[in-house]
Parts: sequence; C-alpha cells; structure tokens
Amino acid sequence: MARREIPEINAGSMADIAFLLLIFWLVTTTIDSDEGIRRQLPPPIPPDMVVPPVVARNVFVVLVNANNDLLVEGEELRIDKLKDKAKEFLIANGDGLTYGDLPENENLPVRAKVNKAEIAASVAQYEQLVKTADTDERKDNLTKVLNNYREKLAAIELFGKEYKILPASALISMRNDNNTSYDTYIQVQNELEAAVAELRDELCKDKFGISYKELEDNYEKNPTDQNLLNRIEAIRDVYPQRISEAEPEDAGAAY
Amino acid sequence: MAKFKKNTKRSSGAISTASLPDIVFMLLFFFMVATVLRTEEEKVKVIRPEASELYKIEQKHLIRYINIGPPQDKRYGTEPVIQLNDQFGEVANIQEWVAQQKTTLDEKEQNKMWVSLKVDKDTKMGIVTGVKQELRKASALKVLYSTSRRDRTISD
Repeated sequence: MARREIPEINAGSMADIAFLLLIFWLVTTTIDSDEGIRRQLPPPIPPDMVVPPVVARNVFVVLVNANNDLLVEGEELRIDKLKDKAKEFLIANGDGLTYGDLPENENLPVRAKVNKAEIAASVAQYEQLVKTADTDERKDNLTKVLNNYREKLAAIELFGKEYKILPASALISMRNDNNTSYDTYIQVQNELEAAVAELRDELCKDKFGISYKELEDNYEKNPTDQNLLNRIEAIRDVYPQRISEAEPEDAGAAY
Repeated sequence: MAKFKKNTKRSSGAISTASLPDIVFMLLFFFMVATVLRTEEEKVKVIRPEASELYKIEQKHLIRYINIGPPQDKRYGTEPVIQLNDQFGEVANIQEWVAQQKTTLDEKEQNKMWVSLKVDKDTKMGIVTGVKQELRKASALKVLYSTSRRDRTISD
C-alpha cells in the first residue's frame, strides 16, 4: 500500500470565520434588561367603600395636564423642581433625627413624636390581647398590630431617641390627563420616588453608616436577619413611600 | 560594520496566530452565554423613557410582557397598539390574557407574577390607564414600568 501523505489544512482563515460569527451575533442580539420603576397597583375599590375625608395639608397633590405641565400644590412647577418640593413635604416639621425640629408650616403635615412609654404600653396591651384572642383570624390581625408596635420600639432603640412620624393620612397624590405623555408620567413617578429614596439614604447613612440600597441588598442576602429588617422598617417608618394615583375619570371629565 | 551585519541577519520569527481562533471562539461563546435571547417578536416600536429609581427583577420567569407603541408594520397604522406576548391585543383581552398567563406559573407563584409594561415614551396616558385598570380587575397588581437608566436629577 502506498502511503499517501495527508496535506495539512491551512487554518489561517479560521480566525476570520470565527470573527464573522462573533460579529453576526453581536449585531443580531439585543441585551434585554428588565429594569424599571416598580409599582404595586391598588386592588379595585369596592363600590360601597366610604372614602374618608382628606385633610388638605396632609396631601401633596401633583396634577399633570394634557400639555405635560405640572401643577403642584396649586402652583405651576418645573419637573426638575418636583423632587425638592416633595422632599420639603415629606420632611414637614422635621423628623426629629437628621432634620431635627423645624418650625411648623400650615401647608405641610405635622409630624408627631413616637412616645416610647406609650408604645411600650401598647405592646404589653396587644401581647395580652393576642393571648386571649378567640379566633385565628382575630389573632392574626392583632399580631400584625403588635408587630407594628414592636418595630416602632426597635426603631427607637436603633435611632437612640424618639423620632417623629408623618400622620397616617399623609400621602403624595398624583393625577394625570388621558393626553399626558407616558414619558412625563414616568418622570413624575421617578422624581417622587427619588425624593423618598434620597431622604431614606440620608437618614440611613447618618444612623447606620451605609446607604439604604446597601441595607436592602444586605437583607436580601440574609432574609432571616431580624436586626437588618428592624433597620429597614425603622427607616421606612420615618419616610414611608405613599404615592397614590387618583382613580381615573371618564374621558371628557373636566380637570 | 561587521557588527551591523550580524544584527540584521537575525530574523525575528513570525508570531504564531494559531491561537487566534481559540481566543475569538471564546469571545463568541461568552457572548452567546451572556446574552438573553429575545423570545418574542417585537411587533411594536418602543423607545423606553429614562428613569433613575430602577428596580431589577431577579426572577425572570415570573415576568410577563405587555408592549404598547406604534406598530412596526406601517400597514397597521401609526396609532399605539397593545402587544400581548407575540400578538396584537385589545384592552378588553387583558383580563383573559392575565388569567391564561397565571396558569403557566406554579400555583404558589401565581400571585408573584410581574407584568412588565414596555411603553413607548410618546404614548398618551389614556391607553396605559386603560391597561392598568384591567390589570387591577384581573388582580395582576405587581407592575414594572420598563425604563432605561439615567442619573438622578441633581437638586440645586
């Protein structure tokens, strides 16, 4: 048998082929990121629900019209000023911590001091109630209230002093027109969220030395760490994120 | 002179490019693994608005997409339309669509479903509000307004 010599295949073009494949891949794929503004929609309102009366100073009203103009608390405002205005509302007469005590303003809500003795008394009272609750459902509800008080007590410990909280009815309310552009809607939502985030960050850095985002990330990694949870709840208690959207009205409604 | 001659005679052997294909293949494989392939055809044109307060959903399998924007194909007009998965839909279809999407998830994960709204930034809010109302009725309450990233507005 004649031994035929196998010719060596030139692999010089291999790199070119691979480059072509790579470039094809780069051009055809789009990296899809699932990032955005998170919102929890409210469940539909039952028709028989009684709407509680609103206290004007406790609501920060943002209206957006069809021309994408903003009316904030009755005044026209540019969108880049919205965040500061919202922060002013949330700080109100001072949180008793980073912002200390500020003079009261009749257009802003009044923050009230969390009294340690009162909270401790409430904890004791609810502990008793949970023990004597007759049904499971009632027990669950009472436990929720009890945990809420316990978190407040833990917050006072963490901050080292009695802080001031916003009244329960204080919230940011936004209403837009059907012809408002989606971009403006997102910008308003973003600025309102940024206001809360900045205040939380300031407080968190001041008291715990890390940013609020870091704190949340840490908690996500150790979801059983009660200490981290208490810190998050403490920050949230001082600066709650309460952004509500008005129920849309039928097209043609005048506002 | 002799010294010069000696120097010029020394040949510097050609650099071997034999490993170049390997390097490029490695790059290629990296990109293939790292990119997420779009599973659905985009039937509407969406330029997302920019925002700074972003949240990233880690559990991708819980996300369902609703796209709103002008159709890619001009034959369908230029007004914004709704795309549910890979076909056009109406506001009236959304409740049904949500119910159907929930069945594709594990029973205990059904109320953890996220709806990611990819909406073109020039869309009017009317259509978005309509979609949101339907989502509320269908109790799909976790919503993500998909945006691209920008820096936070600087306060002065």
